[in-house]
Amino acid sequence: MLHKYSLNGYYIVLDVYSGAVHVTDDLGYRLVDFTSENMTERTPSEAYDALNDYSRADIDEAYAEWYEAFERGQLHAADDYEQFAGRMINASLKSMCLNISHDCNLACEYCFASKGGFGGERCLMSEEVARKAIDFLIDKSVGRRNLEVDFFGGEPLLNFEVVKKTVAYARSREKEADKNFRFTITTNGLLLDDDKIDFINREMHNCVLSIDGRPEVNDRLRKDWGGKGCHDRILPPFQKLVAQRGDKDYYARATYTRYNFDFTNDILYLYGKGFDQLSEEPVVSDPKLDFSIQEEDLPRIFEEYERLAKTLIEMKKAGEKINFFHFMIDLSQGPCAIRRLRGCSCGNEYVAVTPRGDIFPCHQFVGHDEWKMGSVLDGSYDVEMKKKFACTTVYHKAKCRDCWARFYCSGGCNAGNFEKNGNILEPYSLYCEMEKKRLECAIMMQAALADED
Amino acid sequence: MKKHVKTLNKANLKESAVKGGCGECQASCQSACKTSCTVANQKCEK
Repeated sequence: MLHKYSLNGYYIVLDVYSGAVHVTDDLGYRLVDFTSENMTERTPSEAYDALNDYSRADIDEAYAEWYEAFERGQLHAADDYEQFAGRMINASLKSMCLNISHDCNLACEYCFASKGGFGGERCLMSEEVARKAIDFLIDKSVGRRNLEVDFFGGEPLLNFEVVKKTVAYARSREKEADKNFRFTITTNGLLLDDDKIDFINREMHNCVLSIDGRPEVNDRLRKDWGGKGCHDRILPPFQKLVAQRGDKDYYARATYTRYNFDFTNDILYLYGKGFDQLSEEPVVSDPKLDFSIQEEDLPRIFEEYERLAKTLIEMKKAGEKINFFHFMIDLSQGPCAIRRLRGCSCGNEYVAVTPRGDIFPCHQFVGHDEWKMGSVLDGSYDVEMKKKFACTTVYHKAKCRDCWARFYCSGGCNAGNFEKNGNILEPYSLYCEMEKKRLECAIMMQAALADED
Repeated sequence: MKKHVKTLNKANLKESAVKGGCGECQASCQSACKTSCTVANQKCEK
């Protein structure tokens, strides 16, 4: 299967099953339509007729180059990955989202988690529940060494003492259990002080800093319970955290909505404020709300992703160190094909735990009791539901089977699929389209920057 | 030097499948409410 597209003056052909990315010219771009999995060295005669604005010698020369790629296994490679689709059914756990706080000191209008409460009571996780969650993760991660724990909410800093104690407890068990914990945290920044910054920079493998960019964009939707925007209160502590973070990973993470389709300006604003690791996500919200993204907005969003990609190319060529999370793609050393068949592996290798100790396939399923998988308090765990989630690979999703992007997006978000289509196996087309556009931009950027080399 | 077709990467997904599947790599939340990772931007732990 091939996917070809032209963007920013580049003609790109992706060979889906080998992962090869070819940059070609007008002739090669048109000629590739005459190649197939049964191709031979001989140029098909129809190609001469269709491309009669080129000489036969040029056509033969270009065809020979496509044939070489075919011989190398980088053009029309066969799909033999379905054999791996069932491989993770018995997988053990490796990642946990700890909803350490079902409460928040902000009331962002677009919050997917009902402003912190996840549709239920507002509460914080106790140290006891957090310890049991760590024990559960260790018990269920047989055969794995690297484990991930993400402190999430609500706002995790509202329960920071328990965050600290949980980290200490997990570290105390690392040696005897032969595990390596990697902690991450997402915060809105309101409660950040020097002690918390020190702790986060010391213990957190990655941290996600929520800020939407320009003050007027941030403050329109990221407000406190009194309705006041938070930009001026969160920017200085975030800048301090990043200045002291060294080489450790972090992301300044923005959300864009219908109100700021010019989100390139927010990325540039944040870069100007000292953040060079940046992420900008489409809002996840009820389509009926004013700021929610609609199908009809896609052309405008595509245009903006292209503008962002071109802007970043120019910046990188000028030596600026800016990294946009959604345009990161490693064409040579990325994850293996087996990994690419499944995305987050929620409900199978990844679960979320609520302050009451309930287990859900991920944080987005929290609040939907029909998806409760068990409890870390009594060790219950619904293995049938685990199996169901193990079978959510791109080969289990009919729409993904025909999609060129499936080894990059890996089937999308199961919770999003359920929310939009009532079925974890049915991808949400709006997000698919955005994802595909981001991938095309990311690959084009690689072509543009390779050009530079 | 190729004139019409420049291939950007040498890696082949098929080869990665032969040695892959150790499961030690980072999880990648696909939801936009969190990080909406593309799996392709993750690192291999090997």
